[in-house]
Amino acid sequence: MNTPLPPGAPLPGAPVPGVPPTGGRRLLAVLLVGGFVALLVLLAWGVSRSDRPDRESLPSPLIGKAAPQFSLPVLHDASYRVGSGDLRGQPYILNVWGSWCPGCQEEHPVLARYAETKKIRVVGYNWKDEPADALRWLEQFGNPYWVVITDYEGETAIEWGIYGAPETFLVDAEGIVRWKHVGPLTDAIVDDVLAPMVAGLESGG
Amino acid sequence: MSARVAHAAKTVLLAGALALLAAAGLLAPQSAAAQAVRNVQPLEFRDRAEEQRFHQLTLELRCVMCQNQSLADSDAPIAHDLRREVFNLMREGRSDAEIKTFLVERYGEFVLYRPPFGGGTLLLWLGPALVLLAGAVVLVVVVRRRASANRVATDPVDDGQEW
Repeated sequence: MNTPLPPGAPLPGAPVPGVPPTGGRRLLAVLLVGGFVALLVLLAWGVSRSDRPDRESLPSPLIGKAAPQFSLPVLHDASYRVGSGDLRGQPYILNVWGSWCPGCQEEHPVLARYAETKKIRVVGYNWKDEPADALRWLEQFGNPYWVVITDYEGETAIEWGIYGAPETFLVDAEGIVRWKHVGPLTDAIVDDVLAPMVAGLESGG
Repeated sequence: MSARVAHAAKTVLLAGALALLAAAGLLAPQSAAAQAVRNVQPLEFRDRAEEQRFHQLTLELRCVMCQNQSLADSDAPIAHDLRREVFNLMREGRSDAEIKTFLVERYGEFVLYRPPFGGGTLLLWLGPALVLLAGAVVLVVVVRRRASANRVATDPVDDGQEW
């Protein structure tokens, strides 16, 4: 390793005669530094996205497509059923909730405040819940829904691509899914995203 | 006499333990009240082949709730439901590809542990090959530089410590 250099030999690192002067080495350095910087940028981007509240939400493949056909019993009177056909003609919001779901309780005041504006029908989708628990929950926190339908087994929920409450869909008058939000609604989401979209649906016919 | 006392003590202890158990049993359902309804009936397979096919298929599907587990491994309520759905679709005679398409149409390509080649997954599929290629290029450049440096300088001491 540390053998003394014979006289006249080029110093390590000095340009070697006959070899293109540091061309390859410069390319190599550029590649390595460039790769490293690219990796840093990628990681920084990942970190900057990691505090989004919806970082784990999946984009719904249903957006722009027809909402699934369904017919489910009404929570307050299971002898009635409400289905996709009954909801046609006017846009509606489908809000997935359960009495077992802490996030639903969190978003409940936000949803109630928006439902009070009566801009759009808010349909409750009571998912994998005991009806008695659901009714007690509504009694305790208030019922902002136009109607609540129940999916006890969760089979219809698979058609909607529902995977965790709360989830909120916006469906237009033709029955096309326009928007989906996974996780609790916040005032910011309602004011900045949902309300303008609902207004757009009304003006657009 | 003392034997009778010991017996009485035992009886009291036993009764106490039973009362504790009963109390625990009464409390348990209450603490479990805030749970999503789940169908706990186990899936019944016709034969070993069907079970194996089911297992293979659910291993390749990703649980949508607990996002780094397969459908086969997850205990989330939605995973229970989706396993049942996969099972029912198998019984309806659908192929593996049809079952995967069914889930992708509802939950997106996220559910596939082996996403299709193309579009947004190009980097995912080609990334490892690109890294390998970059490594090969670096290797070739280093080796060639060294070889030519050795040939010209005819000196055993080269600048190998440079990198």
